[in-house]
Amino acid sequence: MKELRLPLSADEKRALRAGDAVLLSGTLYTARDCAHRRIFELLDADMPLPFALKDAFIYYAGPCPAPAGKASGSCGPTTSARMNAFAPRLLRLGLGGMIGKGEMSEEVRAALKECGGVYFAAIGGAGALYGNAVKRSECVAFPDLLSEAVYRFEVENFPLVVAIDSAGNSIYDRTSK
Amino acid sequence: MISDCVFRLALRAGTRLTDDCCAALRTAAERETGAARYALCTILENRAIAARESMPVCQDTGMAVVLLELGNGVVLEGELLSRAVDDGVRRAYAEGNFRKSICDPLTRVNTGDNTPAHLHVDIVEGDHVRVTYLPKGFGSENMSRISMLTPAEGREGIVRAIVEAVRLAGSRPCPPVVVGVGIGGSFDSCPLLAKKALTRPLGSRHPREDVASIEEEALSRIQALGIGPQGFGGKTTALGVLAEIAPTHIAGLPVAVNMQCHCVRCEQEVL
Repeated sequence: MKELRLPLSADEKRALRAGDAVLLSGTLYTARDCAHRRIFELLDADMPLPFALKDAFIYYAGPCPAPAGKASGSCGPTTSARMNAFAPRLLRLGLGGMIGKGEMSEEVRAALKECGGVYFAAIGGAGALYGNAVKRSECVAFPDLLSEAVYRFEVENFPLVVAIDSAGNSIYDRTSK
Repeated sequence: MISDCVFRLALRAGTRLTDDCCAALRTAAERETGAARYALCTILENRAIAARESMPVCQDTGMAVVLLELGNGVVLEGELLSRAVDDGVRRAYAEGNFRKSICDPLTRVNTGDNTPAHLHVDIVEGDHVRVTYLPKGFGSENMSRISMLTPAEGREGIVRAIVEAVRLAGSRPCPPVVVGVGIGGSFDSCPLLAKKALTRPLGSRHPREDVASIEEEALSRIQALGIGPQGFGGKTTALGVLAEIAPTHIAGLPVAVNMQCHCVRCEQEVL
């Protein structure tokens, strides 16, 4: 299995093909529905964001509280399609890609292709496994959103499958049309 | 007593898949290949980690659905029933490090303790209280739907509505899904039938032959969609179709589909 460390270079992203299984390590930022709305409000107001978008990867996820001795509680992916409206703009501002579960829209696919981004699928429902792969976690924005806040994760060997590659190929093409 | 029972059930449900769900996932893993098999093996590995470390199987520890069967010979004393149920939920979600996922629909402000629970009470004959706890994740709940069919659409219309709901949901509800189906009743009671169907064990057949045959035909047509585990393509798009039926109006044929992800968590106790 291919092992990758974030940030990914343009060449590393280009080499990935839909259906490839990878183990991903490095820094991720969690964000889901509410956090995306807040990020868009900041962008619209020309205010600084809680993290630099350039080459960053967003993990569509909201963790359970961390038990004693762990960096994070269970933390698998949430349904990515709810973020269809947000992903293209962030990709065009430099976002390296996203991690979530399930198909995304044609607009997202086009933006990934245009920007050389990658969308990885994590295995939905495998919350304990992904939670244990989080080695460090820090809330970096919107703490009032609780589990929906933005957390900076240091992750080790996240098991992922390339869902939409930078050429626009999708693992869901075989089934969802 | 009710509060402690809900506490126990909620805590257990969040950290373990039902035995019938595990068995169905294992069977599915054996017949899949490639990314689909990889997904199922990861799901089974996760289940073992969650059980070993008492961690939530899935971070979406769900909306608390409590189905209560209350014998007519039972007198409940003490605090208000809904308050007792919420108290059990509140304690379980704090103790288990479960995610609190309930918020105001407009302001989106989180209630902070996963309450209120959704409590449904059925008064039945007897001296028992049966408490069923079903934590319902919303990745799958969002893909649920109701169709108000006409009587003329009949059996084929019912099967088509079930299969269509799964097709439209695609990879989003965390397949392989369990499909809860309500047939009949009214606009409000039909989806509740579908939800109650989800508490039946996988692999069980409805006692009515005509309902069981709808379950079977819908399942085989769902598998033919090829969506597969996590939408990666494959033979297993659903782990089962479970239907419940109730009388309806002469003018109508409501069919509700309550989608459940592969992470089936359901615990029950009789007091």
